[in-house]
Amino acid sequence: MKPMDFYEYLKYNAEPLFDEAVGHVRLVAISIGIALVVGCALGVLAHRSARTRPVILAVSSTLLTIPSLALFALAIPLLGLGTPPAVVALVLYALLPIVRNTVVGLASVDQNVLRAARGMGIGSWRRFARIELPLAWPVVLAGVRVSTQIVVGIAAIGALVNGPGLGNEIFRGLRSLGSPFALNFVLGGTLGIVVVALLFDAMFILLRRFTTARGIR
Amino acid sequence: MTTTDMPQATSDDAAGRAEPMIRLDKLTKRYRGQSRAAVDQVTMEMPRGEIVVLVGPSGCGKTTTMELINRLIEPTSGRIYLDGEDVTTSDPDALRRRIGYVIQQIGLFPHFTVAENIGVVPKLLGWTKQRIGNRVDELLDLVGLDPSDYRGRYPKELSGGQRQRIGVARALAADPPVMLMDEPFGAIDPITRERLQNEFLRLQQQVKKTIVFVTHDVDEAIKLGDRIAILSEQSHIAQYDTPENILSNPASAYVEDFIGSGASLKRLNLSRVRDIELATDCPTARLDDELPEVRRRLVESDWSALLLLDERGRPQRWVNARDLDRTSVDLRTAGLPAVATVEPHATLSDALNEMLTSSAGAAIVVDRSGSYQGLIDFDTVMVTAKSIKRDSTEYYRAAKLSGAETAG
Repeated sequence: MKPMDFYEYLKYNAEPLFDEAVGHVRLVAISIGIALVVGCALGVLAHRSARTRPVILAVSSTLLTIPSLALFALAIPLLGLGTPPAVVALVLYALLPIVRNTVVGLASVDQNVLRAARGMGIGSWRRFARIELPLAWPVVLAGVRVSTQIVVGIAAIGALVNGPGLGNEIFRGLRSLGSPFALNFVLGGTLGIVVVALLFDAMFILLRRFTTARGIR
Repeated sequence: MTTTDMPQATSDDAAGRAEPMIRLDKLTKRYRGQSRAAVDQVTMEMPRGEIVVLVGPSGCGKTTTMELINRLIEPTSGRIYLDGEDVTTSDPDALRRRIGYVIQQIGLFPHFTVAENIGVVPKLLGWTKQRIGNRVDELLDLVGLDPSDYRGRYPKELSGGQRQRIGVARALAADPPVMLMDEPFGAIDPITRERLQNEFLRLQQQVKKTIVFVTHDVDEAIKLGDRIAILSEQSHIAQYDTPENILSNPASAYVEDFIGSGASLKRLNLSRVRDIELATDCPTARLDDELPEVRRRLVESDWSALLLLDERGRPQRWVNARDLDRTSVDLRTAGLPAVATVEPHATLSDALNEMLTSSAGAAIVVDRSGSYQGLIDFDTVMVTAKSIKRDSTEYYRAAKLSGAETAG
């Protein structure tokens, strides 16, 4: 393949590629958004109750060991084709880093700070929202960042269940193996995913800066 | 109790003063699965405006006893009265906002600025921004930190001593009548601790809070306490009295053991430099005085050395006749540096310590701005130490005698 071919490919496919990239970003964003809420909740629960902690951590680590191909396929009978099974599978993969970092982050909050807060008459809900969570936040966010990196890659397989995203480009290439365009499709999809991953990472660097309290930066 | 019949007394009422600020009635804490109570039936009264120190060996339950007062630990049985009001079952958060709380590790909120840290309780109490801001500045001034410089700092930008001061300011924020302090100076280096203790006493003279102070350090207890409760296991009170009386007449072998040897030396913690007469006849001169004049002053005095002060009256150098005899004398470098300075609220123990470490025969007393007030020498310290012992022993004998008479 001459390099010119790939350039030509990009030139004529810019629009569909961009649409697929947007679909990819949206799929990842929705999944991470859901995983953040569910993962934080599970993390807080695991932190608060010593009995549920091993169960929650074991289940979320087991989820990560299920082969992605299988997980997507397993979701089809339950949720059909398209975005829903892709989102569900990605949320399950994203859980472990978020849950684990939430537990670690909450455990790393200085007990004396919490004792002082209690002694000053700060109620339990306010103590969580104003003291515990902001102090654990940088660690939680680091977990979300790892989850995002994992999920951006795995999301490509979402195309297998008719999900949106750059995976479609890769599968198009795989289906047309042997044709002169096959490599272009695979390359286009893969590079697109790398760019999306880098963009997400850049966003997390900014997010970290703007959501971490100045005193603990 | 008669107090329940009385109208709710304001703090300045005569009736209010009669009622202790804190009263613990058979307060007990028993942890589940433990046969012995951690705190066993503690009954004590903490008078308004006094510093009550709970002191005892580790594991005696002193911190637990303190935390029962603001109900960080809920009592198993017994009652807690705050200013005559039974608070044993009231809303714990509301109770804690009325009680300042300082712990050894301070526990400043690292993601809050100094101003936000101090403003926490006022904000919970719904004060306006304006009022909180004013209060923050007032408190920073009170603890000796410049508001414009420190208001916006974060805890990590403070030294240990400064954090400690902010911790105290935060506890004082909503002007609570009561403060609980759990080894607040325990984690601070000895020199800073000494200074913070002195500052704390100066502060208390201004704010007049009822303070419950926990420590394991007898010397600290003697220095800071208006009253000391020496606790043994399960928070049993071995003796609850003024430091003078505990030192002179320990109630039991346990107390005697606990205050340890050197009780006479500890007595030096009881009197302060301002209580004794300073020697003011020591010759002094300014750094910019003419040399012949300086020589004349030294010769005309009975002293072997003269103290040189700077233009603001702060001690600079000690010089003797030989230092001044040289042909060219620069007063700025002549003789020895004037070290061993103490402020009027320092204890005699501090003064003695300064003398010993600087190997000077006397400590220089300066006021808060550092200007020279007088000298305190070794003999004065010793004479004072002896007279304290005599006074308090006589006081005790007299008290016992009159007690016997009323009984008879």
